[in-house]
Amino acid sequence: MALLDSSKHLQDSVLSGVNPDLASERLTASFSVEKLTARLDGGAEHTRMRRAIVEAIESDPAFSRENQYFQSQNERYEAAVRRAVHLQKKMREMGWTENGPEIKYIYRWLSGDIAFLLHRVFMRSISVLGSDKQVAKWIPLATEHQIIGSYAQTELGHGTYLQGLETTAVFDIATQEFLLNTPKISAMKWWPGDMGRSATHTVVFAQLYVHGKCYGVHPFIVQIRSLQDHSPRPGVTVGDIGPKMNFEHTDNGYLMLQNVRVPRENMLSRFCEVQPDGTYVRWGSKKINYFTMTTVRISILSDEVILPLMKACTIAIRYSAVRRQSKLKPGEQEAKILDYQTQQQKLLPQLAAAYAFHFINIYLHELFDRGYQEIQGRNFDSLPELHAFSSGFKAMVTQYCTSGVEICLRACGGHGYSLLSGLPSLYTRVLASCIYEGENTVLFLQTARFLIKCFMAASAGQPIPPSVTYLSSAKPGKCPAKDKLDFLSPDVYLKAYEQMAIRLLSSNAAKLQHLIQSGAKKHEAWNQCTVQLVKAAQAHCHYITVKIFVETVEKLDNKAGIQKVMKHLCDLFALHGIFSNAGDFLYDGYLSGAQMDLVTASYLDLLAVIRMDAVPLVDAFDFTDKSLNSALGSYDGQVYHRLYEWAQKSPTNQQVSPAYGKYLKPLLQNRLSKL
Amino acid sequence: MMNGDLRRERAAATFQPELLTHILDGGAERTRRRKEIEALVINDPDFQHEDLNFLSRSQRYEQAIRKSSLMVMKLREHGIADPDEIYWFKRTCLGPFPEPFGLHFSMFQKTLETQTTDAQKEKWLPLVRGVNIIGTYAQTEMGHGTHLRGLETTATYDPATQEFILNSPTVTSIKWWPGGLGKTSNHAIVLAQLYTQGQCKGLHAFIVPIRQLGTHEPLPGITVGDIGPKFGYDEMDNGYLKMDNFRIPRENMLMKYAQVEPDGTYVKPLNDKLTYGTMVFIRSIIVGDSARSLSRACTIAIRYSAVRHQSELKAGEPEPQILDYQTQQYKLFPLLATAYAFHFVGAYIKDTYRRISGDIIEGDLSELPELHALTAGLKAFTSWTANAGIEECRMACGGHGYSRCSGLPDIYVTFTPSCTYEGENTVMMLQTARFLVKSYTQVSSGQRVTGMVSYLNDLSRQRIQPQHVAARPVTVRINDPISLVEAYKARAARLVEAAAKNLQAELNHRKSKEDAWNRTSVDLVRASEAHCHYVIVKLFTAKLSEISNAAVRAVMTELCLLYALYGISKNTGDFLQAGILTDTQVNQVNQRVKELLAIIRPNAVALVDSFDFHDVHLGSVLGRYDGNVYENMFEWAKKSPLNKTEVHESFHKHLKPMQAKL
Repeated sequence: MALLDSSKHLQDSVLSGVNPDLASERLTASFSVEKLTARLDGGAEHTRMRRAIVEAIESDPAFSRENQYFQSQNERYEAAVRRAVHLQKKMREMGWTENGPEIKYIYRWLSGDIAFLLHRVFMRSISVLGSDKQVAKWIPLATEHQIIGSYAQTELGHGTYLQGLETTAVFDIATQEFLLNTPKISAMKWWPGDMGRSATHTVVFAQLYVHGKCYGVHPFIVQIRSLQDHSPRPGVTVGDIGPKMNFEHTDNGYLMLQNVRVPRENMLSRFCEVQPDGTYVRWGSKKINYFTMTTVRISILSDEVILPLMKACTIAIRYSAVRRQSKLKPGEQEAKILDYQTQQQKLLPQLAAAYAFHFINIYLHELFDRGYQEIQGRNFDSLPELHAFSSGFKAMVTQYCTSGVEICLRACGGHGYSLLSGLPSLYTRVLASCIYEGENTVLFLQTARFLIKCFMAASAGQPIPPSVTYLSSAKPGKCPAKDKLDFLSPDVYLKAYEQMAIRLLSSNAAKLQHLIQSGAKKHEAWNQCTVQLVKAAQAHCHYITVKIFVETVEKLDNKAGIQKVMKHLCDLFALHGIFSNAGDFLYDGYLSGAQMDLVTASYLDLLAVIRMDAVPLVDAFDFTDKSLNSALGSYDGQVYHRLYEWAQKSPTNQQVSPAYGKYLKPLLQNRLSKL
Repeated sequence: MMNGDLRRERAAATFQPELLTHILDGGAERTRRRKEIEALVINDPDFQHEDLNFLSRSQRYEQAIRKSSLMVMKLREHGIADPDEIYWFKRTCLGPFPEPFGLHFSMFQKTLETQTTDAQKEKWLPLVRGVNIIGTYAQTEMGHGTHLRGLETTATYDPATQEFILNSPTVTSIKWWPGGLGKTSNHAIVLAQLYTQGQCKGLHAFIVPIRQLGTHEPLPGITVGDIGPKFGYDEMDNGYLKMDNFRIPRENMLMKYAQVEPDGTYVKPLNDKLTYGTMVFIRSIIVGDSARSLSRACTIAIRYSAVRHQSELKAGEPEPQILDYQTQQYKLFPLLATAYAFHFVGAYIKDTYRRISGDIIEGDLSELPELHALTAGLKAFTSWTANAGIEECRMACGGHGYSRCSGLPDIYVTFTPSCTYEGENTVMMLQTARFLVKSYTQVSSGQRVTGMVSYLNDLSRQRIQPQHVAARPVTVRINDPISLVEAYKARAARLVEAAAKNLQAELNHRKSKEDAWNRTSVDLVRASEAHCHYVIVKLFTAKLSEISNAAVRAVMTELCLLYALYGISKNTGDFLQAGILTDTQVNQVNQRVKELLAIIRPNAVALVDSFDFHDVHLGSVLGRYDGNVYENMFEWAKKSPLNKTEVHESFHKHLKPMQAKL
């Protein structure tokens, strides 16, 4: 068998050709990798387009990320600006446009390592929140990069809780201007990207005051730097907030405003306006603002959250097929670490989750496209449901992917800890998503609030949104499974998930009611239940994810082995969830202890089955080596050569460290002379 | 001036934090001495430096070398020689960061002290102690880590010249990771497969000079360098080492145990279990590190949560401290309890090791296997938990936790490799499992076992009944730590038995032992985890009775209960499935956990103050003792490298030309 070739021999072969340990994995694929890739892309023509774009970018040395891991914060920032400027040129050359189908593939490949991302948010916020006149004035300037924008919402003292923002904008009738101020240190804008060094303008969110009355938070366009020499405008203190866990290339900034005046026309006024005499008028629904926030949460999932998990799985699984350690059988060659059950248990559930989230993401986008159409038609009925969906799934997917990437990192042992593995950067990047666009615990509680409402409505026989109709089907019962194979039936595990989600929600509803009846104030009762409410929201999202995975698998083509392998992954995702949360399923006796043993047995069997397809399943994600930028995860599996080659490029090996001459030599010689 | 929120928190505590500090330090006198030593560093202007987060990696390495060199001189100047005192001194110099000389003093010196002959000691130890040479310990290779037998470096004896010829025959055999190897050291202890008279005699240790004294250039035949940037450890020059026909004299093999005689005759060591001792020692240090790293993270997160106000609990009222949210308490307080639990476990292992190390020297190794198995598991259990806990603390600080100014990223990236080094955690858990299964088998065959696994003895009694071991009713009283220890014991017994039975079933189905072991390894790891969890609850509970001050004992009892009950609520599946707890009891446990959060809340800040970290140890703007977070974040940010000039050079280089062209 090719599998048993000596790895020692292979690893010393020249750095060309695929490591036979990886090649052999690909020979035994049970399905067509190319067909699965096309399915993930949404059709073979999309795959072709994506590859053409990736090829165009990767062949352009200006986009190279080769030395990224060796660069300082300053160098990373400069490279990101350079790349952003070059991208403008490239797009003109290639005939790509901001609204074209190529754009998502371009940004996906860049994976955020580029400046002016907040410039795009700046433009989007003007398009959505600005009047037609404002759009006509600012968008061309921004499109031509005559101005560079940012989006200044978060403050030092306030993040997720927007009403608490402290920056003020006071209307001055005499001059027809708003007077913007940072009244105290905690009100300083803090974190906005592109603002620390690059931006000339920013959208500042501030509490609007007219005639001494506060009208709440509103957006204002504020010029912060000179268009001539880039120096800060009078009254503006602006700078970079310093090093972070990642995003070294982004100049996240601080901004302090002291009596900075902007004309009345700079308040974004699609939905409300301060008229020259100071009259405040509002038109349209406030809810549309929520919808924007809601869509942003969903829009980050694919590129910022699920993609890093897919990349991490690709790196860790390929490395695990190349790394050999210890012996499974005496006298045999050392085993691939992917053959260890404990390694499979770490990695394969993450792989299954990556697929599960890919499908739930498609589902959410469809849901939101439908929702958007309804809202365009002034029908806001689905908003609460969409809001609850976006909150809960943003929280669940970011949390799961973050822990998934970390598991992949640690599953690569010592080498995973090297930046050259690519895994630390993927991890520190994805984990930021747990906080931005709404802190996850807060988001889960928003979903919980919606679910509790729906549950109450269902109990009272009122109609509830389609995604939660299962809440009215609550019937106590027992799981019918008798054999471990029964747990490979989606009906069986879906029912278990459904029961568990309903039970967690109903017990919370009962608890809340009980607390209120025994005299607790509503908000106190809520705070006392929040730990369990978070759990209920998680259970709901988990259930829906399993359900959508099952439905997707049912619809898949059964040719080319794809449906079969996806069914395995779906089963694994579901059973891993039960295995990891056994208590919740055992609690009311829906599953018995004996059945839980069957779940475990079935789950462990699946690991061995999926292991056979593990490498082809990550190959199907179709990442190029350059986009992975990992010494461990390359397609050819030449891990050790690459690690050695890359390490030699480290600046620590290129430059003579002054440390020896300055400190070591005196220390060593000082002692020698005393001998 | 202290932040008002923190002042109020401190005033409201129900106990005196110093008393608890004394317990953690092992007595008031030790606390006094520790603070005295820390003050030597804190008040010494030579140790001042710019925040390392603003420096490039090369600069960070240079700073670390500067401080390490300084430290060597100052320790001598102050006449500090006691290991604990040296540790206190170093920790205050370095904050949470590693030192490039770390391996010189730990592994290099320690190995030379324990594995050399008297003649070798005489030659090398003065050079090592006087830092005339700087050494490291080169074991791990690119292709091999935890599985030592797989190492590929060779040392072939040449009787003609009485030398060993060292070689790195493959890319995978290049030494990779040793700290201080890349740029700092001029000697290394190299582990290599010994070949003499045409036979491989397994792994042995050799002293290898790698750089020229005086010029620091690599010696001919030696290729050495830095392995490049890592997640953390920027201060450390983890290195690679490749040797091509590099010759060292016969006397450079460490020959206390095994020997190669001038003619090439190999003399076997008497006992190879002795190296266990060092491993136990180092793993016990990791348990202590887990406690300290998690304590630091808790200190930062809890202080910040007392200062940060956000949102509203009640409409119309001022924004509450985020520490008042149940979800925030639920994130942080169980970790606080865990930090205390791990402190006590770390101290226990250290004491036990100290107690039996005398026996070890005299050749009595009877207690070693259990301690070895226990530390392997506890190393894995505590480092995994602390690793996740530090991240939880960071996440609990929201966006600001993500900034390097919080100090939490540094704590995390410095701590996380301990899940891998000194034995990969999963492998460690399986070592413990091997001991547990062995003990179970002994009990099954009618023998009795002792020590922490003695609960397995109860199995034989119950075997008469056709039930699971744990199905015997344990009457669990959820407010009594001693009763909870019993519950954990029952869970461990059940999972050990289940794993052992599954292993047996696999053995009955399959031919090979190894295959069966691999197919049961998920169960085996679970069993080990349950065993370790039990040991920790047991040790924490045992500690309570030693606390004489009533107020301190009360608050520690609450923490101990929280630790035990939270562990149950996170693993209800095990307790329900084994019939140790009923649905109703699980409900009560969940309820009680929430009550305990509210009970601990007023003491939360005092409980982290008791860890008694100086701001220098925390390296965190969010965790400052005085709580003046926002002002100092601004001050810190102003020093960011990107802020060196008001207009960044990128404007002139890229932005301006772009705008001109468009």
